Amino acid sequence: MAAFKRKKYVGLQKRKAVSGYLFISPFIIGFLVFMISPLIQSFYMSFCEVTVGAGQFDQVWVGLKNYYFAFRQDASFPQLLTQGALDMFVYTLAIMVFSFFVALILNQNFHGRALVRAIFFLPVILSSGVMLGVETDNAVMSNMQAAIQASTSTGTSITETIQIVLRTAGIGVRAFETVFEIIDNIYDVAVASGIQIIIFLSGLQTIPKSMYEAAQIEGCTAWESLWKITFPMISSIFLVNWFYTIVDYCMRSDSAIMKKIQGVMILQLNYGLTAAMSWIYFAVVLVFVGITSALISRGVYYYD
Amino acid sequence: MTKSDSRTSRWNEFFIRNKRSGGYLLKKNIMSVGISFIRFILLFGMCFMILQPILEKISVSFMSLDDIYNPVVISIPSRFITDNYVTAYGGLRYSDGFINTLVASITVAIVQVAMCTLVGYGFARFNFPFKKFWFACVMAMILVPPQTISTSLYLHFRFFDILGIHKLLTGETINLRNSTLPYYLMSLGCTGLKNGLYIFLIRQFFRNVPGDLEEAAYVDGLGTFKTFIRIMLPEAKPIITSCFLFAFVWQWTDVFYTRMFLGGKVFLSTSLSGFADGIGSYVGNAQGLGAPIQLPPAQVDQLLSTAILLVIAPLIILYLFAQRAFVESISSTGIKM
Repeated sequence: MAAFKRKKYVGLQKRKAVSGYLFISPFIIGFLVFMISPLIQSFYMSFCEVTVGAGQFDQVWVGLKNYYFAFRQDASFPQLLTQGALDMFVYTLAIMVFSFFVALILNQNFHGRALVRAIFFLPVILSSGVMLGVETDNAVMSNMQAAIQASTSTGTSITETIQIVLRTAGIGVRAFETVFEIIDNIYDVAVASGIQIIIFLSGLQTIPKSMYEAAQIEGCTAWESLWKITFPMISSIFLVNWFYTIVDYCMRSDSAIMKKIQGVMILQLNYGLTAAMSWIYFAVVLVFVGITSALISRGVYYYD
Repeated sequence: MTKSDSRTSRWNEFFIRNKRSGGYLLKKNIMSVGISFIRFILLFGMCFMILQPILEKISVSFMSLDDIYNPVVISIPSRFITDNYVTAYGGLRYSDGFINTLVASITVAIVQVAMCTLVGYGFARFNFPFKKFWFACVMAMILVPPQTISTSLYLHFRFFDILGIHKLLTGETINLRNSTLPYYLMSLGCTGLKNGLYIFLIRQFFRNVPGDLEEAAYVDGLGTFKTFIRIMLPEAKPIITSCFLFAFVWQWTDVFYTRMFLGGKVFLSTSLSGFADGIGSYVGNAQGLGAPIQLPPAQVDQLLSTAILLVIAPLIILYLFAQRAFVESISSTGIKM
């Protein structure tokens, strides 16, 4: 009897395993054909000199020449790469802080919450793809903005004054400069954090209200319960958002490094060098994601 | 008792209660009013910041060129004109582009979401060997920048062949570069634009659906696929709707895949990305000169803003109606890692 039961169980499990594979088979096929094989090919190509002729393309093995060229001979690639990595770090951090802050505000009860949420989510739809590329250098728009600013400000702006005061303080000027740069580009940060806000918000809403109530009765201030309840409870969301933000940031086609890579491909038709450069960039992103996720996942607290 | 009486009595009551609480009540009320005031200012400022570019574009698009050069006119045009819309409409080849983009976005979104739903369900509900490995592959796929594989994909489809059969027969490979087939194939294989994300979202959603219904269906003798279609699919309507909307919107604005695979036709996103360079020759042709004319940069910018508005107008209308579907299903997935 027992043996029969066990065999039956194995049979069902097997059937489920087979149907599981059937369900994910589109992904497996697609992944192998359209992801793995191009990846391998482009990895191989990064060591080759590629020439595209009529009806065929030739690859000649040249070893590390493309990588050497990218780092030692190309004038702008190394700078763009380091700048891109730095920007990635700073902006991911800024986006995380901003979206967490906004999610905290949106989690409170007030009139028009749905409207505000909808507005914050709007950039996810409107600032994607082509819009990122064409929106940046529009002289008429910036003139108009400058005109509006000039007509509304009364000589000195508060932020400028604060910036000057902090600069003259002389301590940590470089850190301040980074913060100022982010504040000047707060629009970019806000536009990039639509999905993160929603993810944080959904995380915040899963925290039971009773925890806060208990803490309040025990004499905990709102500030303390933010650190002792909110942070630990949504720490896993931080990991998700961090991952998403990095991916979203490095996929943006308007970043300088992406433009450079595409320029090499379209203008110089140097496919080998393109492959080498994009592999270097990919490796940098991978290392960055790996290290930061490992660091964050150490601090993640799982309640259940 | 009159109305004012009741009000004064309420005030009196409030002050009595305040006294009893040792001033705590008043302090708390002032605090909450202050907080909501600050919150209002903050949120108003940030919402305005997000909406401002669109509002500015709208005002610029109705301006004549004189208004733009006029330093007195800032955001409200002295007279409303619609010439910009006519020019941008023609310059984008909007009527062709709209149909093409609409058809492509809808079909691609349907294919992608159908496939991603299957795969996401498979990951959420079945146990099979190497499941973790394959899911790691999904995550890796999210991470790979499309630019990394773009070159080889380009060559892959430029010299397309299945195991060299076609070349053996005709001596040539198939050039699929200007056909839409490759992109649909990629969508079928869940490797299109941001498909890893959809798989991830759908899997999260299915993981939170209680399994009782499914088990009941199995006990009653329904196969796995039929269970999926009849029992689980109706449950997953919200996440499927929102993934469809995302796929639609992102496909609508996508340039990368569109330029690479759908290059032969007119699409809104690609004609928008080349709009600033091509508008001069369009205006030249429209005026019957036969040669491109040099438009003043301000006018090019103005027309570009109008063109952007035209391209995103359908999306804004969609968002107005389907706002809840976009936002709420993401919160309903309960994303965790």
